[in-house]
Amino acid sequence: MRSPVRKIISFIEETHIEAGQPVSPPTRRAVAAAVIVNPFAGQYEVDLTLLMEIGEEMGEELSRRALALLGVTGNRIESFGKGAAVGEDGELEHAAALMHPRLGAPVRHLIGHAPALIPSSKKRCGPGAAFDVPLGHVVAAKVRSHFDGIEVRIPDAPRAAEIVLAVALTDSGRPLPRVGGLLLADVKGADGLV
Amino acid sequence: MATSALRKMLVQVEEVFHEGGDAPPVPLRRGAVLAVIDNPFAGRYVADIQPFMDDLRPLGDRMAARLLEALGGDPRAVEGYGKGAIVGAAGEIEHGALWHNPGGYAMRDLLGGENSRAIVPSTKKVGGLGTRIDIPITHVNASYVRSHFDAIEVGIPDAPRAGEMLLVLAMTTGPRIHSRAGGLAAADITGKDGLR
Repeated sequence: MRSPVRKIISFIEETHIEAGQPVSPPTRRAVAAAVIVNPFAGQYEVDLTLLMEIGEEMGEELSRRALALLGVTGNRIESFGKGAAVGEDGELEHAAALMHPRLGAPVRHLIGHAPALIPSSKKRCGPGAAFDVPLGHVVAAKVRSHFDGIEVRIPDAPRAAEIVLAVALTDSGRPLPRVGGLLLADVKGADGLV
Repeated sequence: MATSALRKMLVQVEEVFHEGGDAPPVPLRRGAVLAVIDNPFAGRYVADIQPFMDDLRPLGDRMAARLLEALGGDPRAVEGYGKGAIVGAAGEIEHGALWHNPGGYAMRDLLGGENSRAIVPSTKKVGGLGTRIDIPITHVNASYVRSHFDAIEVGIPDAPRAGEMLLVLAMTTGPRIHSRAGGLAAADITGKDGLR
């Protein structure tokens, strides 16, 4: 890795029972999150190219790690999301530079057919803050059964000059979806929405 | 007694490259496995709870195996361990104490006697959804090895519910990153007593 990374946390959560109902196979959601030293902390920098490059490298690194936790091939990934928590001496724009220009391409490449927008969120906060990574279906953003979110929290990050960057992948939707909307079976798959 | 239903399992690995100093050639890995199960004693006082320890052992074995796998699968690579429990609000701290035996011995049996002489440090509490717990970590063979005193914070946003227990096992692959606080070094372990 060329990126200035202090640590990486990854986890997988399996839900076997929801509301007393067995979930079989269990729904599974994996997250990989890197604590990145923010090269622009405490200063105003117009050109954020360096963060965009870090975002590209970490998009591949983090999605590979999340995929490995799920133990499936990329084409089995059903939903994805990304999020960033910027330490107090950074800008939200730094999170935007990490996530929006270049991070998505390597994630999509790993999955295969994944034309949907990768849902995202960002915040500025101190070490130990929880942030919620939104999740959406990889092919059609309107698949309602896959609207979800997963909480990420690293006790000692982000420090003032750090950014936590997270990528979440799942091989499933919510455990007991029953609120209608666009169904997985009805996805057309052309425009990333329906 | 019936085995308690498993609602969730979470496996996490933290890979630490540096903490401001030079990065060691091999990053430190700190892993934990969490299981959320029904607490069969929630909401009432039950005097005889010890049979539940035997019921927990298969889950302990499964959790220890998942955790070791997440850390690469080599028992000799595990240098520190710890365990803990969060009991949901309708239970007692004593219910969490049932995890000491099955959780600890699940790890020690998996790691082998030559790699787990030390007592497995632990902590527990009663708490609500999203409660975090700091799992204490010490060296697997000698509790006094100072470089391996550590802790891993874990938790799950939607657990434990009042009638549940959240059980935790933790393992690490080395000393604290940049450890330099002196004391007994892992290289100087002498006895077979699990302490020094």
